[in-house]
Amino acid sequence: MTGLTPALLGALPELVLAVGATVLTMVGPFVVDQRRAWLTRAALLTLVVALALVPTPPDGLIFGGLFVVDGFGKFMKILVLGATAWTLLIAEEGRQSASMRAFEYPVLVLFSALGMLATVSANNLMSLYLGLEMMSIPLYVLTALKRESRHAGEAGIKYFVLGALASALLLYGCALLYGFTGTTDFDALAVALPDAPPLGAAAGLVFLVAGIAFKLSAAPFHMWTPDVYEGAPTPVTAFLAAAPKVAAGALMLRVLFGPLIGLADVWMPAIAVLAVLSMTVGAFGALRQTGLKRLLAYGTIGHSGYIFVGIAAGTPEGIHGACVYLAIYLVMTIGAFACLLAMHRSHQPFEQVEHLAGIGRRRPMFALAFSALLLSMAGLPPLAGFLAKLYVFRAAVEADLFWLAVVGVLASVVAAAYYFRVVYVMYFADGDEDFEHMPGRRITWTVTATALTALLFLIVAPVVVEAAARAAGTLGL
Amino acid sequence: MSTWPILSLLVFLPVAGIAFLALTGRGGAENDRNARDVTLWTSLANLALAIVLAVRFDPGKDGFQFVEHAAWLPELGVAYHVGVDGISVLFILLTTLLVPICIVASWTTVVERVRSWMVAFLAMEALMIGVFVARDALLFYVFFEAILIPMFLIIGIWGGERRVHAAFKFVLYTLAGSVLFLIAILTLASLAGSTDMDLLEHTPIAIDAQRWIWIAMFASFAVKVPMWPLHTWLPDAHVQAPTAGSVILAGVLLKLGGYGFIRFSLPMLPAASAEFMPLVYVLSAVAILYTSLVALMQRDMKRLIAYSSVAHMGVVTLGLFTASARAISGAIVQMLSHGLVSAALFLVVGVVYDRRHSREIADYGGLVHSMPRYAVLFMLFALAAVGLPATSGFVGEFLVIVGVFPVSAVFAACAAAGMVLSAAYMLWLYRRVVFGGVPAGPPLPDLDRRETGMFLPLAILVLLLGIQPDFVFQLIEGPSAELAARLLAAQAGGGA
Repeated sequence: MTGLTPALLGALPELVLAVGATVLTMVGPFVVDQRRAWLTRAALLTLVVALALVPTPPDGLIFGGLFVVDGFGKFMKILVLGATAWTLLIAEEGRQSASMRAFEYPVLVLFSALGMLATVSANNLMSLYLGLEMMSIPLYVLTALKRESRHAGEAGIKYFVLGALASALLLYGCALLYGFTGTTDFDALAVALPDAPPLGAAAGLVFLVAGIAFKLSAAPFHMWTPDVYEGAPTPVTAFLAAAPKVAAGALMLRVLFGPLIGLADVWMPAIAVLAVLSMTVGAFGALRQTGLKRLLAYGTIGHSGYIFVGIAAGTPEGIHGACVYLAIYLVMTIGAFACLLAMHRSHQPFEQVEHLAGIGRRRPMFALAFSALLLSMAGLPPLAGFLAKLYVFRAAVEADLFWLAVVGVLASVVAAAYYFRVVYVMYFADGDEDFEHMPGRRITWTVTATALTALLFLIVAPVVVEAAARAAGTLGL
Repeated sequence: MSTWPILSLLVFLPVAGIAFLALTGRGGAENDRNARDVTLWTSLANLALAIVLAVRFDPGKDGFQFVEHAAWLPELGVAYHVGVDGISVLFILLTTLLVPICIVASWTTVVERVRSWMVAFLAMEALMIGVFVARDALLFYVFFEAILIPMFLIIGIWGGERRVHAAFKFVLYTLAGSVLFLIAILTLASLAGSTDMDLLEHTPIAIDAQRWIWIAMFASFAVKVPMWPLHTWLPDAHVQAPTAGSVILAGVLLKLGGYGFIRFSLPMLPAASAEFMPLVYVLSAVAILYTSLVALMQRDMKRLIAYSSVAHMGVVTLGLFTASARAISGAIVQMLSHGLVSAALFLVVGVVYDRRHSREIADYGGLVHSMPRYAVLFMLFALAAVGLPATSGFVGEFLVIVGVFPVSAVFAACAAAGMVLSAAYMLWLYRRVVFGGVPAGPPLPDLDRRETGMFLPLAILVLLLGIQPDFVFQLIEGPSAELAARLLAAQAGGGA
């Protein structure tokens, strides 16, 4: 704990991001429009360097216990940085309008990623809150970045107001926990909480969990998700749907299995209820959607329900299942949004389900890839999403939560209905509107890579499952 | 023991065909022809492989042969574990026989998106063989459920007017059942610490747990069989599916439910199976009698055959859940026979549908005048469906009735009544379509060489199975005796 050097070494990826983002903020205004692409490239380089540095620091506490470096955090940081870089890469092609080409875009993404890293490695209620806010505020701005679009502005305001409310709840929860235990340190909380007044501790827990559940768009804190997904420009939605979810999921795992593990009896049923609500809201809500982005938004709500199924088990298997789920969810989401970004006509987004009619005939490879990604999200074997669901349900079954597993699989049947509906529109329905231009190289490459992952995941599964197991093994318990 | 992985070859040869089709160019008549050729030769090569497998299979040995084992997800206890016993060998033969026949049947009728069609069929073949060779429960499940995707596309893209409704009904029904099966597998895995089926068969499970697991599995298999009252997706799917889709659906997919009972419910949960026997009996009897009567009233030929399938599968479930080696063997033979006969009957309908584009019985009549060869083959398959001696249909139904009789004369009588009713609806169908007055319009031409070619192997096998079924019994005697012994032991244990 002595000296600054170990702390700085431990935070190497974060430092790289912070320096990179700051430098870009200063350089950005002086870069002429034609050279803006270089800013994105520099941001990408920063992210990749940070990603490469994630495994280097030794495990341990840094900055006087405010942050922790461990295998779980490293696993999640790799996911977060990878997703951020990937979504930034494909966003380039979706950012045609002037406001979207603002130099702030890559900078905001970098700052948000920095917040996510802080969130993932938080070991103190203070650093947790700071990380979460640092992650969220750039997201609010990004959502509203497209100034000429009223939808984007509306979505930004909605996201900001509800997000602020959730932050307030979270902060209130932190305050309660501090008030009843006298500490904000996770390790000290874990010791002190079992002796704290049960009602007060439970109240703090509920507010804290509600705040994080908002970020994960779990029902009943999901209201913002469909509107924000729809209103935000698609490149932003892609970013929003991928990395922040992993950060919030990681935080949820770290908090529940760290400082709050003593209250497991309280939070396990609560998380199970959240899981059931999210799965059913996600499944039934999506049935009536006609917009692809709203549909994927409800998909996200459902997915957070499945992650909660793993968490509700309260076992190492549950952590493992949630980690596997987050990793697979990430790849499928990036793939699905890359498909959405490919759908453009006269620079207008072309994002209704019905716009896909007849695509199976005109662009068979695109339809095949999109179908693979959607059915993978539905959890059909032999696609990747099946394994994700398998691991969380296995955790539930082994924890004797049979009812939760049964509700989960039945919700997944309903969910399959709407994913199949999109496939049906692509292949069975007739239509002759085509996208205007072929998607660019980056998007084609992303769609191909993610679809191949979905199709062939069972072959490479052992590697990912093993990595997730090692990550889960280092968390609490 | 073989040194080369013949089972993996069987599964992955169609996948190689798919890869080839995917990599070759798109569009154009020449490309379509190539796609047909590639698929036909791939599936014929697979048939040859299956025959090699059957010849090299040693029926004298106990247990599974040609076993391959590779670690996959070790901490879940899941492995890539495949192997075959006599029952699997027969179903693999049935699958590899029907797929090339389907390709031939769709040779001239499927003209749109030929390449996708061929890919879907090869994918189906790989997955179906996968189900029959899997010796790991999770591997089984992956194959079992993945079949939904190509079948959804086959019904949905190339189906009839109401294909969307039928495709969704098919997927949602079977998916709802299958996901409960997944929970059952996970429960078994948490009890046994592994999903290896050899191990699960020898894991004693408390009766309370057995009951729940049995119900969850039953939900899945009963939909697939399909058993009354979960059968309503079948007529829709059959009517809307293209001919080749119906053939593979009736020929192989309906067998997956019965195969699931043979591999999971009966050997792993014998006590629960014995306990739920009355339920299965009642449902089977209702299926036999009720759906036979429903079949009698149909005006659509495909619907009629679809309902008769439900009735025939009722005989299968009746036989499977009887603690007698005879009844279980009978049920397996009946599954094979139904696989051949119903596939042939759907082809029979397909042939006239291609000529007149109607499935209504009333639109046909007097076909015997213009289509004598067709009339003979139709007669053979109709009589096999009725269960006439010297056809494959007789052997299975007779053995089931003989096996069930000592247990319950009433249910044996139900099965027998089913045979009588099947005679009624099949012969009536035959009379109305083949004899009777000729409706207006040009006479329909008789079978050409391609069509005769696809019927002949089926006709030969139906007769061979009816006259000389020994080669089948050699393969299934051992496994069915073992299943019967397990059930008997469970019944004795429950009674004591």
